[in-house]
Amino acid sequence: PPSSFRLRRAAVLAAGLIRYRRGGPGRGPVLRDVRRGRGPDIDDAGHKYHLEFVLEDLNDKDSAVNCTAEVLYHLGNRNTPPDVQFTIEGELKSSDEADHRFYNQIKSLKEELVAENIPDSHGNVPPALVPIRLLAWAAAGYVIWQNSTEDTELHLAQIKRVKQVKRSDEYLEFDYVILLHDVVSQDVIPWRITVLWHPQHGVQVTR
Amino acid sequence: MRVLVLLAALVAVATSTETFVGHQVLRIVPTTHEELQKVQELQDLEDLQLDFWQGPRGPGHPVDVRVPFPSLQPLKAHLESNGISYSIMIEDVQALVDREKREMLRSRHRLPLSTNTFSYDSYHTLDEIYAFIDLLVAENPNLVSKLEIGRSTEDRPLYVLKFSKGGTNRPAIWIDTGIHSREWVTQASGIWFAKKIVSDHENDEVLASVLDELDIFLEIVTNPDGFAFTHTQNRLWRKTRSRHSSSSCIGVDPNRNWDAGFGGSGSSSNPCSETYHGPYANSEPEVRAIVDFVKNHGNIKAFISIHSYSQLLLYPYGYTSDPAPDHQELHQISQQAVAALSSLYGTDFEYGSIYTTIYPASGSTVDWTYNQGIKYSFTFELRDTGRYGFLLPAAQIVPTAQETWLALRVIIQYTQDHPY
Repeated sequence: PPSSFRLRRAAVLAAGLIRYRRGGPGRGPVLRDVRRGRGPDIDDAGHKYHLEFVLEDLNDKDSAVNCTAEVLYHLGNRNTPPDVQFTIEGELKSSDEADHRFYNQIKSLKEELVAENIPDSHGNVPPALVPIRLLAWAAAGYVIWQNSTEDTELHLAQIKRVKQVKRSDEYLEFDYVILLHDVVSQDVIPWRITVLWHPQHGVQVTR
Repeated sequence: MRVLVLLAALVAVATSTETFVGHQVLRIVPTTHEELQKVQELQDLEDLQLDFWQGPRGPGHPVDVRVPFPSLQPLKAHLESNGISYSIMIEDVQALVDREKREMLRSRHRLPLSTNTFSYDSYHTLDEIYAFIDLLVAENPNLVSKLEIGRSTEDRPLYVLKFSKGGTNRPAIWIDTGIHSREWVTQASGIWFAKKIVSDHENDEVLASVLDELDIFLEIVTNPDGFAFTHTQNRLWRKTRSRHSSSSCIGVDPNRNWDAGFGGSGSSSNPCSETYHGPYANSEPEVRAIVDFVKNHGNIKAFISIHSYSQLLLYPYGYTSDPAPDHQELHQISQQAVAALSSLYGTDFEYGSIYTTIYPASGSTVDWTYNQGIKYSFTFELRDTGRYGFLLPAAQIVPTAQETWLALRVIIQYTQDHPY
């Protein structure tokens, strides 16, 4: 039978990518558990895993959806991020309302938003900063996807700093310093990322 | 004390406009006149905006300087290329300033007068936990006593609570929390377990029966130096705070420092690594103290070391893929313990050997205790699985402790029912 930790790592990676593609300030899909899995299937391309897992929304335990994914870790060129093909059965909960509320709030701020240590040492996230945290979490999904190997399991540990950058166009822009924790090496790795977001256009990470 | 005065001055400035985000305070020690001159020259480089807290006085005298974030790299490169040694005194000045501000704004701290008014659903400082320990002992002198089993690198006492109804050197259960300092839900759960044992030792028939024959030892803050550091400087600090080499990196992973497969793969020989095993087994006084205690006691029958996060129940081995001789029995106990844990809130735990369930890890605690003959050796990884990780919201402390206790109860009862 496949090692449970290998399946878990692949599922964490897949969930991270899904969060990047489908997450945002109003929605935070997160891995609930791995139902079934198989792998690694080893061929010339690399190591492939087939997974069935369940996602739920961070702030809504009743929102579970089933997913399947194929994760291919490339062996030849370690600089190539893993290939992830995923299918979500059904729909993730709609975030239109939350997205637009957040969008309007930020657009109407007189001064750029600045914040630190989210969550704080005690795990608190002030309600007003929940969307900021979910947005970072979605963006972190991109970083996690790009930097994952079979020997890492990366999670967003904390947002150290976030600073809004005012734009004249319709996008929102934030500079984040995030801390990623790798369960395998136990390292805490700081990353500086610039995140663009728009309710219709989703999340974009520009390093 | 001079540091505090200067910090107060910084706070006064900080409450206006200036920010010290990313600033560090370096301690530079020039050892020769050449080095001293190089350091003195730094005072003239206005672009670096260096703020000397303690200026150059002479060779061998430390120079303390606050360095703004943009100047850190160039200054460190300059020092390193000239072979001038330095250490980081304050990693993040802003964090320290913020904390001082909060302390000053906070109304006078009221320590709880009894363990009944202690808040189990919030995280506490080292002083508060040590005060709790003394309160618990004072309230239950016939059941609970406090042992000092050693002192940490920074000379903090290492306290173990002993729960005993009498006898001499009875077979015993050992539980430790907080060996990795950033895993705050574990120390918080340890506090809750201590209170739970006291509350239930007569009315819970399992616990009452266990304490008729066995003792329970509980070390709540197994790594007090690291824990203090997570409060003052770096919430995500894992290791001890020892310095063993000329490396500027501090700390040894106390869960790689035990004499079981020490130094093997699954630990690092790099002092800067989070899994640095240390220069030799038991180099860390926090580990040595437990080793000495276990050997001197000689009658410990179950050993449970508690970590977070990942939601796992693990048994030996971590340093080899060879199954432990008792792995089938340990697997069965784990199955029962996890079932009990999940019964409360539905929290899912996986279980198995360290090597196959989480990753190879050499020099880990329970591999050593198992090889000492303590058959029922387990490691827990508590909530969660990555949503909050180490920064688990305080509201989850009590549910985590409650469900974990059900698993511990299974292990404790099994140990009593299967003497060896």
